[in-house]
Amino acid sequence: MSAPRISLRTELPLLAWLVIVWGALWQDFSPGNLVFGLLLALLVTRFLYLPPVELSGRFNVLHAVRFAFVFVWQVIVASVKLLWLAVRTGPAVTSAVIAVPLRSHADLIVTATGHVVSLIPGSLIVDVDRANATLYVHGIDVPDAAAAERLRRSVLAAEAELIRVMGAAEDLRALRVEEAQ
Amino acid sequence: MNSFLDVVVGVLLVLGGLLSLAAAIGLLRFPDLLTRMHAATKPQVLGSLLLLTALGLALRSWALVPLLVVAWIFQLLTVPVSAHMVGRAGYRTKHVDKDRLTVDELEDVVARVERAEDVDD
Amino acid sequence: MTFLDGALLICSILLALAAFGAVIRMIKGPALLDRVLAADVLLVVLASALIAYMVASRSTDHLALVVAITLIGFVGSVTVARFVQDRRRP
Repeated sequence: MSAPRISLRTELPLLAWLVIVWGALWQDFSPGNLVFGLLLALLVTRFLYLPPVELSGRFNVLHAVRFAFVFVWQVIVASVKLLWLAVRTGPAVTSAVIAVPLRSHADLIVTATGHVVSLIPGSLIVDVDRANATLYVHGIDVPDAAAAERLRRSVLAAEAELIRVMGAAEDLRALRVEEAQ
Repeated sequence: MNSFLDVVVGVLLVLGGLLSLAAAIGLLRFPDLLTRMHAATKPQVLGSLLLLTALGLALRSWALVPLLVVAWIFQLLTVPVSAHMVGRAGYRTKHVDKDRLTVDELEDVVARVERAEDVDD
Repeated sequence: MTFLDGALLICSILLALAAFGAVIRMIKGPALLDRVLAADVLLVVLASALIAYMVASRSTDHLALVVAITLIGFVGSVTVARFVQDRRRP
């Protein structure tokens, strides 16, 4: 087993997450159990190698908390809308697949944006062009081009939020410049 | 206080059940794979949040909260990935009703990729 | 019957209807992927029913099972999606 060395710093979030899962599954956060969990986490990450996640090095907690509430609210609104759509419109529903080129090319932001967009009912990632950081989004209830444009803007808005939470410094600067215009 | 919590738990349970039913209605009523996809898994994320909250409130135990949070985060992490995989496979194997798409900006890209793959073969 | 009992009853009925709908879609298909989707919904309904059961019995016995069901549903649908996509070009 000769996995490439990963610095402890990039691995730390994954280790912490594994230890928390271990403690939560046992419902026991005593030091002894956590140390054993850490031991297992080290073993797992050592022998089951995965490519490291490139974090940007910044994380705005305040924005993250605000975004979490906005996100849950969007999910609630969209779920109710979808229920209404299923009962009311049903088989006659329209949809569209649109390409959304993102601002950031960082894997972390592209993935996180894809996740958020997919989790909000009514939009779904069909395909990803990693080289060009383009998401292909399938949206439900998109009757015309104007609605498609609204969908595209909402995806870009989700990306902007995520850049504010954990984007790299240069992405954030680019976003500020764009918003100033 | 206890009876108040019970009322909250009851309301959360009914709402969670309603969201599951919404998934099933969408699954039956929507016309093609990708639109069904929207109805199927996503309202359930909210549904399981409501149900897990109900469980936490019903048992009134703080020790349970980390496990409930972990259970929900696993849903957040896995639902989009499986939805994407199924959606992608569905689009590429032509399970999408193209007549119902008002805009399709992926069609040309997939066609180009498939032509390139044919040349490779 | 207390309010909570009534709510549990309604929740169970809703979940049963949802499971029924998922089974119908699983029978009707038409494609393999539709069935996978329906199976996924059925699994989530099952997890929801387990949670409702735990609320009723005031226990936490099956919470690990709920986490496991989520992960099994994930692995299952991803595997079948890969299978469907690869089978297209033999």
